[in-house]
Amino acid sequence: MKQEICTVTDRQDYGSGLFALTLHAPQIAAEAKCGQFVHITCGEGNLLRRPISICDVEGEMLKIVFQVKGEGTEWLSRRSPKHKLDVLGSLGHGFNTDALGERSVMIGGGIGVPPMLYTMKNAKANGATPTAILGFRNKDAVILTEDFEKVGTTYICTDDGSFGTHGFVTTELEKHISEYTGVCACGPKPMLKAIAQIAEKANIPCQVSMEERMGCGIGACLVCACGLKLRDGEQGVRYGHVCKDGPVFDAKEVVW
Amino acid sequence: MDLSVNICGVELKNPITTASGTFGFGHEYGQFFDLSMLGGIGVKGLTPTERLGNPAPRIAETPMGILNCVGLQNPGIDKFIEEQIPFLRQYDTKIIANVSGNTVEEYCGMIEKISDADVDLIEMNISCPNVKCGGMAFGTQVDMVEEVVSAAKKYAKKPLIVKLSPNVTDIAEIARAAVASGADALSLINTLLGMRIDIDSRKPILSNIMGGMSGPAVFPVAVRMVYQVRKAVDVPIIGMGGIRNGRDIVEMMLAGADAVAMGTVMFADPMAPVKALEELKDYMQKHGIEKVTELTGAVRV
Repeated sequence: MKQEICTVTDRQDYGSGLFALTLHAPQIAAEAKCGQFVHITCGEGNLLRRPISICDVEGEMLKIVFQVKGEGTEWLSRRSPKHKLDVLGSLGHGFNTDALGERSVMIGGGIGVPPMLYTMKNAKANGATPTAILGFRNKDAVILTEDFEKVGTTYICTDDGSFGTHGFVTTELEKHISEYTGVCACGPKPMLKAIAQIAEKANIPCQVSMEERMGCGIGACLVCACGLKLRDGEQGVRYGHVCKDGPVFDAKEVVW
Repeated sequence: MDLSVNICGVELKNPITTASGTFGFGHEYGQFFDLSMLGGIGVKGLTPTERLGNPAPRIAETPMGILNCVGLQNPGIDKFIEEQIPFLRQYDTKIIANVSGNTVEEYCGMIEKISDADVDLIEMNISCPNVKCGGMAFGTQVDMVEEVVSAAKKYAKKPLIVKLSPNVTDIAEIARAAVASGADALSLINTLLGMRIDIDSRKPILSNIMGGMSGPAVFPVAVRMVYQVRKAVDVPIIGMGGIRNGRDIVEMMLAGADAVAMGTVMFADPMAPVKALEELKDYMQKHGIEKVTELTGAVRV
């Protein structure tokens, strides 16, 4: 966990409010694990940092992909090469691809797609033959597919059928579920819930990356609560924190 | 240059402490700086037994501030004593145990128990706005303040700091009641009650509808209240609420604070207390101030 002043080296505008920034972040890149995130100061007028998942790491470079949602991410989208960013990272508990077996599947929905890229690369580097299933709203929102295709078999779905298969990632997952040894996923909560149910039925491990409004990003302020099942199997709920205990949780732990 | 301050016989090496609820038990920020640089650590608010806290969302951003409704999530006082005090004692800093209760009896039990533990100061939270039928009522009415502080004081074997709520008509009146009932020191301000609404869904952003506001936006309110309380009572004051840097510390002390606490600013910059200490030293040097205590209440009105 480091605080690093990083230099932007590249900016890409994917359209539809989606942007990629590449940062020269030697300290953070050296320790970054797949599924972790960075916490970025977005201008002087916004007190809180913005948590952004790590899309890719190459040497001393860190790539982040984000969607403009408000003033903070709008400011971030206007950064360009040579601008400096105040970044905390790498933060949180990421994906453990070793626990997913040889034929793992990486599922991303919308802005949940980017972190699956580094995760898929990690699974492959560990000797697995991972598959990706990526879901987008429509053709305009499709991002990073070529990067995924370089790593392994990639299925693409859109909600309106304007690109790839018409339908949801869950349909695509169920088609080949017997081939997979484990699932990891990032995306909207209803999608994650449906994926968790499919994985449970197929009796394969499933890790999900959760999202919540965040404060400190390091586990001190306790605001980004995620409801988890009690460890001893009793009825009830305990709260873990997305920034420190997550963002990646075992799907069986989460109270959906 | 002498940075030390004395709070009820407990010497802090410098006036900078951390505000309860923003710093956990120190583990996280301890990865960014040496906790021994702090005058004291105000730990996460403790309750008699474990509290789960509220569901998410527990935070909403506001211009230069936040609202929170964490709901006092904590492992309970026993686990704190067993697991966290040994961790904190590795550092050369004072431990300020923050306790909350839902009834007078709970406060008394907490203060009796924490008095026998290895902490330096006890901060009694009578102002947390998040716990239904709990904190809020005690801190906002003079008779309730008198009842709970005088009862708790009987069990306190360490200096008792009473943390005041700003959500009152007359902070000086509450401060006088707390001191008359036995408070050895006061800390203020706790969070200001606030609310935000998502205009698309038309729902409140926070799960608990309302939450406590903190951060730089509340700083002038905190300075004003510390100033008013300084004029009303003659016990040490720990000033807090929106402090960002060394300049803000000087301002808070000029208003009347003997020590200060930093909190929300660390969410923006984990190194804020370290930088603030350097800025405080620079100010003292520039203005020829030998002892930091010279600043307390030195506002020229």
